[in-house]
Amino acid sequence: MIPEIGHFLLWLALGGSLVLGVVPLAGATWGRADWMAVARPITYALFALVAAAFACLVASFVRHDFSVLYVASNSNTALPLQYRIAGVWGGHEGSLLLWVQMLCVWMVAVARFSRHLPQAVLARILSVMGLVCVGFLLFMLITSNPFDRLFPAPADGRDLNPLLQDPGMVTHPPMLYMGYVGFSVAFAFAIAALIGGNLDATWARWTRPWTTIAWMFLTLGIAMGSSWAYYELGWGGWWFWDPVENASLMPWLLGTALIHSLAVTEKRNSFKSWTVLLAILAFSFSLLGTFLVRSGVLSSVHAFATDPRRGLFILAFLTVVVGSSFALYAWRAPTVGLGARFALLSKETALLANNVLFLVAAGAVLQGTLYPLFLDALGLGKISVGPPYFDSVFLPLMVPTVFLMGIGPMARWKEVELPALALRLRWAAGAAVLASLLTGWLAGEIRPVATLGLMMAYWIFTTVATDLWERIRPNGMGLSIAAQRVRQIPRALAGMMVAHLGVGVFCFGVVMVKAYEVERDVQMNVGDSTTVNGYTFTFRGVKELQGPNYQAVQGQMEVARADKKLTDLHPEKRVYRVQQNPMTEADIDAGVTRDLYVSLGEPVESGAWIVRVYVKPFINWIWGGCLLMALGGLLAVSDRRYRRKQGVQTP
Amino acid sequence: MKPRHKRIAIAAGVLSVVGVAAALVLNAFQSNLVFFYSPSQIESKEAPTGRTFRLGGLVVAGSVKRTGVAVNFLVTDTAKTVPVHFEGILPDLFKEGKGVVAQGQLRDGVFQAKEVLAKHDENYMPPEAAEALKNAAKSNEKTAATMMNGATK
Repeated sequence: MIPEIGHFLLWLALGGSLVLGVVPLAGATWGRADWMAVARPITYALFALVAAAFACLVASFVRHDFSVLYVASNSNTALPLQYRIAGVWGGHEGSLLLWVQMLCVWMVAVARFSRHLPQAVLARILSVMGLVCVGFLLFMLITSNPFDRLFPAPADGRDLNPLLQDPGMVTHPPMLYMGYVGFSVAFAFAIAALIGGNLDATWARWTRPWTTIAWMFLTLGIAMGSSWAYYELGWGGWWFWDPVENASLMPWLLGTALIHSLAVTEKRNSFKSWTVLLAILAFSFSLLGTFLVRSGVLSSVHAFATDPRRGLFILAFLTVVVGSSFALYAWRAPTVGLGARFALLSKETALLANNVLFLVAAGAVLQGTLYPLFLDALGLGKISVGPPYFDSVFLPLMVPTVFLMGIGPMARWKEVELPALALRLRWAAGAAVLASLLTGWLAGEIRPVATLGLMMAYWIFTTVATDLWERIRPNGMGLSIAAQRVRQIPRALAGMMVAHLGVGVFCFGVVMVKAYEVERDVQMNVGDSTTVNGYTFTFRGVKELQGPNYQAVQGQMEVARADKKLTDLHPEKRVYRVQQNPMTEADIDAGVTRDLYVSLGEPVESGAWIVRVYVKPFINWIWGGCLLMALGGLLAVSDRRYRRKQGVQTP
Repeated sequence: MKPRHKRIAIAAGVLSVVGVAAALVLNAFQSNLVFFYSPSQIESKEAPTGRTFRLGGLVVAGSVKRTGVAVNFLVTDTAKTVPVHFEGILPDLFKEGKGVVAQGQLRDGVFQAKEVLAKHDENYMPPEAAEALKNAAKSNEKTAATMMNGATK
């Protein structure tokens, strides 16, 4: 019964979202307050329907209802409870349901926290999100119903892909989807403003916190995916420029550009049509990402069984959404106006340059991701575009971006005096150069590219420090006043500083890992030792191990430094019983300045194993930096001006 | 500075960023595109030497020989076979008789693999490997078809 109820609820939700997509929008157009008033209650009802459907699917998983095809393909009686629940989004159909569920969460949040918005604006926003919801519900009901039955029901399920049986599975997809789908809010705000013609600084102030929160989730989601890949895939990389990763990076790049452009629109009322365009683009890239991942045009860990109808549907949906938004944009944007003027050298220009760089970077990633698909579709041969392409395009674009990141926050709005600015930044620049050389020397070798990278990281640290210093102690005042001034820094500004510091920490981690990591694949007999970067790894053999739904061989590796034992590492080689797939589980001794990473390769003759031994300096700074960025976002949205009650304005 | 000049300056700045990026992209494309070749194409000397490319096909059963960290095996598209040399740890799903894609360079008739890719699904057939088999199947229909069915099943 439960699956049928869930299926029925999804149809009801489709009906609800259709009403939501049409009635309030029509009401806003013809000024019917009663039609607009239905927006909020229907949004709540829609959320309840989808949440109930979601609960039905969870229940089917928990109860081992293998008569449901989706459960049978993604679960098993031996699967532990937390993975049965996470298994809900372990496949195509369920992750779509998660997508819609997240969309409903955002819609309810908008309905709940936007009471200060004029009624017509809110009606339009919820309508636009309702229409997006219609598209995804239709997609699910037509091509990928998670509640399809399977006759006869098998005695047991095919189990969740062993790679996905990890705590990362519980958190990474929901976070990432919150981010992806969150850009639909900025999108809906932009479309509503284009329809209503009320694009101004107030609009930007409403849009900003939503965009920042979505960006925050996306940042966390990507970072989690990256750290998961690092410890789970067993070969110690943290970013592979895999098309699916690129699909999440592109909306992130555009979202970052959007956050910065919204700042200009709010503060200076400039860049208005540009901001709207970015909001549309960011969401379009989220949809494109969904298309890339879910249509089966890509083959990767993330791609599921393919059905050409699905790809076609998403492509059609993408075309409709992108096409109609661009048409609306082309029609309405000329009326938006360009906004306040600014001089060639100003904060506005720095932020414009930031936007251009992020957009171009996203374009370069898009090109590298789609070109192979494009050639393949035209039958022009199979090629692949690997990390070297992305490294050699992406990195040069990030150098000026980071350079501007130091300057932008210090530059004044409207007009900036270049010599004065250079004077203010001279200490920061000098310190960055010295510190990067010193770090290279301490790490044992000064390398040109690594030094450049370190300089970027230090440049961010020193400029943020300079900025802070200027704000708290302009004229040599006492310490107590300085402390008071720190507390007076608005949250939005503090958020920006923390997020920028996060980028610096991230850069530092990336450069240190890239330049100074040591990776060694080595054959080890029981009792053999190998020394990597001063750490001595001694192999003590392997033993058998029984997991809840797998069998494993567990190795024991003793790690010592300067004859002092540090720790024991226990990498595993697992075979999951149902799918009979071998899986490598690395073991990592994590630290602030280095990770020790050991994984088992394969057994060779007489008890010896091929073992992978890595020392990764500062790798945790990569994810630490992402956390700081997200924390910065959180600080920024908690700024007072968003919490202040704003009087209801009539349109 | 007049507004018109300012607009021109900004447009020029944007264009130069885009231009530099385009140059970077094209340059990186030139040197980093990785093409795909099948064992048959390598046999007929279509594959370049001294340039990285991908090779795909099936791992010949019984051909995997390990000597310490180094490993040698044969990759076939059922028509032709190429020896592959690799140093390091093979992916979990690397199996004899299964599809594989290797990336590396051809040296003295031996493919020196820098990377061996096998995806994380027992039923998965790398598209390049499937393609190679399909092409070979045209010239060598019967055996290839049966092998492919076995591999993709």
